[in-house]
Amino acid sequence: MMKLLSQRLLGPVTLVLLALTFWLGLWVTPPDKVQGNLARLLYVHPAVAWVALYLSFGTATIASALYLWKRSRSVVMDRVAHCAMEVSLVFIILTLITGSIWGRPAWGVWWAWDARLTSTAILGVFAVGYLALRRANDDFELQARRSAVVAILAAINVPIIHFSVQWWKTLHQGASVFTPGGNFKVHGIMLTTLFISLAAFTLLFFWLLRERYRVEVLREERQRVSLDEALAQRRREGVH
Amino acid sequence: MIRTAWLVAVKDLRIEQRSRVLLWQVLPFGVMALVLSGLALGPTHAGHSSAGPGLFYLVMLLVALLMINRSQVIEGSPGTRASVATLGLDPAGVFLGKALALAVELWLTGLVLLGGAVLVLHTALAGTLSALPSVVVTLGALAAAGTLYGALTGGGQGPVTLLPVLSLPAFAPLLIAGERSFSAALHGGALWRWWLISLVALVAYLGIGILLYGVLEES
Amino acid sequence: MSSPSPEVTLRDAVVLVGGFPLLSGVNLDLAPSSLTVVTGANGAGKTSLLRLLAGLVTLSSGAGVVAGVDLKGDLRELRRRVGWLGHEGSFYDDLSASENLVFAAKALARPTGEVASVLERVGLSSRAATSAKQLSAGQRRRLGLAWLLLRRPALWLLDEPYASLDDDGRTFFDQLIGDVVDSGATVVVSAHDPLRSRTLAPRTITLAGGLVVADRS
Repeated sequence: MMKLLSQRLLGPVTLVLLALTFWLGLWVTPPDKVQGNLARLLYVHPAVAWVALYLSFGTATIASALYLWKRSRSVVMDRVAHCAMEVSLVFIILTLITGSIWGRPAWGVWWAWDARLTSTAILGVFAVGYLALRRANDDFELQARRSAVVAILAAINVPIIHFSVQWWKTLHQGASVFTPGGNFKVHGIMLTTLFISLAAFTLLFFWLLRERYRVEVLREERQRVSLDEALAQRRREGVH
Repeated sequence: MIRTAWLVAVKDLRIEQRSRVLLWQVLPFGVMALVLSGLALGPTHAGHSSAGPGLFYLVMLLVALLMINRSQVIEGSPGTRASVATLGLDPAGVFLGKALALAVELWLTGLVLLGGAVLVLHTALAGTLSALPSVVVTLGALAAAGTLYGALTGGGQGPVTLLPVLSLPAFAPLLIAGERSFSAALHGGALWRWWLISLVALVAYLGIGILLYGVLEES
Repeated sequence: MSSPSPEVTLRDAVVLVGGFPLLSGVNLDLAPSSLTVVTGANGAGKTSLLRLLAGLVTLSSGAGVVAGVDLKGDLRELRRRVGWLGHEGSFYDDLSASENLVFAAKALARPTGEVASVLERVGLSSRAATSAKQLSAGQRRRLGLAWLLLRRPALWLLDEPYASLDDDGRTFFDQLIGDVVDSGATVVVSAHDPLRSRTLAPRTITLAGGLVVADRS
C-alpha cells in the first residue's frame, strides 16, 4: 500500500515542489543586496550540485560496491549504479552550466579555475568514461564488473581531486571565490526556498532514477526475448 | 603475493629489455613531446623554467598512456592469457608486479625527461635534483593507477581507446601534486600538501589494486 | 566397485557472450583418463566448449562440474586444475623457450630443474635460448606442450593442436597424448576433422550450432 502510494505520488509531489521552488525563487524571494537577481541561482545550483556530486554519484558508488561485494553480483545493484551514473552526468552538466552562469558576472569569465568547478568538471569526465565503458563491451558481466570498479575508483578520486584542486587554487591565488558560507546572508523565506529546492531536486533524482530503472528493465526484457530467439536459431544450426 | 609480484615484475622488465620498446619508441616520443611543448609555448616563454615542471608532468602522462597500453599488450594473445590464467597466479601479486615494472619504466623515462627539462626548458639542475623524491612517489602512484586502468581497458578484449578518457581524470591530481612539488623544489614553497596527495593516491591505488585486480582479471 | 566419477559433466550448458549463444545447451560426460576429440565446422562452438571446461568463460545457464569444480563456483580453482594449449600460442613471445618455462615453473612453485628435462622431452633442447617468436609453428606447439608437461594438469584442453603440423609433428603429438592419457589424465582436443591417428582411438563428438550432434566412441 505504502509502496504503491509512494510510486504514485513521487512524480506529482516532485513536480509540485519544483513548481513551488521556481515560484518562490523567481517571484516571492527578494533579490540579494550584493548580487541582485543573480542570487536566485541559489535555489537551483546548490540543489543540483548536491544531487550531482553526492546523491547520485554516491548512489552509483554504493550500488557498485554492493555489486562487487562477495559473489552476490546482484543485477539490481548493477542497474541502479548504471542508472544513477546517467542521472549524475545530467546533473553534473547542469551544475557546470548553472555554476558558469553564476560565475560569469562574478568572475567576468565563463570558466574560472575554481576548485569546485574544476573538480566537478573532472568528475563529469569520470561519469562519461563510466558510461562509455558500459557501451564498449558486449559481455554484460564483464561490463558490469569493470564499470563497478570504475565507479569506485572515481569515488576515491573525489576527495583527492577536490583537495588537490583546492590547495592548488588556494596556494596560487589566495582565498577561493566561493568561501564556505558564500557571500549570502541566507535567512527567512530565502532559507525556506533553499530547503524546498533541496527537497525538490532530491525527489527529482529519485523519480528520474526510478523511471530510468524501469526503462532499463524493459530494455533487458526485450533483449531476453531476442536472446530466446537467438538460442532457438543457434540450435536450429545444429539440427540441419 | 610478494613472490608472484617479483616474478611478474621480472618477467615484464625482461620482456621490455628484449623488445626495447621503451628505448626506441617511448623515450624518443617523450623527448619529442618535450621539445614540442617548448615550441608550443613560443620563443618568449619556451626557456622559462616556471613552465618546466608542468610540461614535464604533462609529457609524463602522455608517455604513461603509451606504457600502460604496452604493459597490457605484452600479456600477449588470448591463448597466452588463457595459459597464464591456468597458472593460478595470485591477482594481487600480478597487480603489484605489473605496477612495479611500470613504475621502474616510468622512473627511467622520468630521469631522461628531467634531464631534458634541464636542457630544453632551463629548469635549475639543483632544484630538479631535489625534486627527485617527489617525482619517484608521484610516478609510483601513476604506475599503480595506470596498472588498474590498463586492466580495465586492456585484458585482450578491452576497449584500449578508452584508456585516456578513463584514466586522465584520475591522473589530474597527480599532475597537480607533481607539478606543485617540483615547482616548490625549484622556487621554494610548502611541499607537504603535495607529498600528501601523491602518497594518499599511491596508497589508495595500491590498496584498491590489491583488493580488486582479481575482479578485473576474471574472464 | 563403483565407476569413477566423470571428469566432465555438462547439463544443458549454455554460454552467452554479447547476447550470442556460443553454446546452446551441451550435454556431455567425459570419463577420467580418456581422450576425446571435439570436431565441427567453424563457429560450431569447439573453442567455446574448451574455454568453458577451462573456466575461461562463465556458464550462462545449465549446470556442470569439471575436474571436481562446479562451473557456477570458483573458476579460479578450476583454472588451476586444467592445462590449456591455444592454437595461436600460449606463452610470451619475447621470452625464450626456457625463460617461458622457468616463469611457469616458478609460478607453480615447481623446481626450475624440471625445465631442461621437459624441453628435452618435447625435442626443444637445442632451442632453449631461442625467443618464442622465432620458433616455427610446430616448435611453438611443442613449447606449449612443454608448458603443460610442467603443469601436469588433470585435464588437458588442446585447441586445434594439429593445425599446420607436418606428419612428424602429428606423430609426436599422438605419442605424447597417448602417454598423457595412459598416465591418468583426461585430454580433450578440438579439431576440424576427426583424428586420423594410427595409435589413438579417441571418442569423437561433433558440435554444430553450439550443440553436441554426434557422439562416436
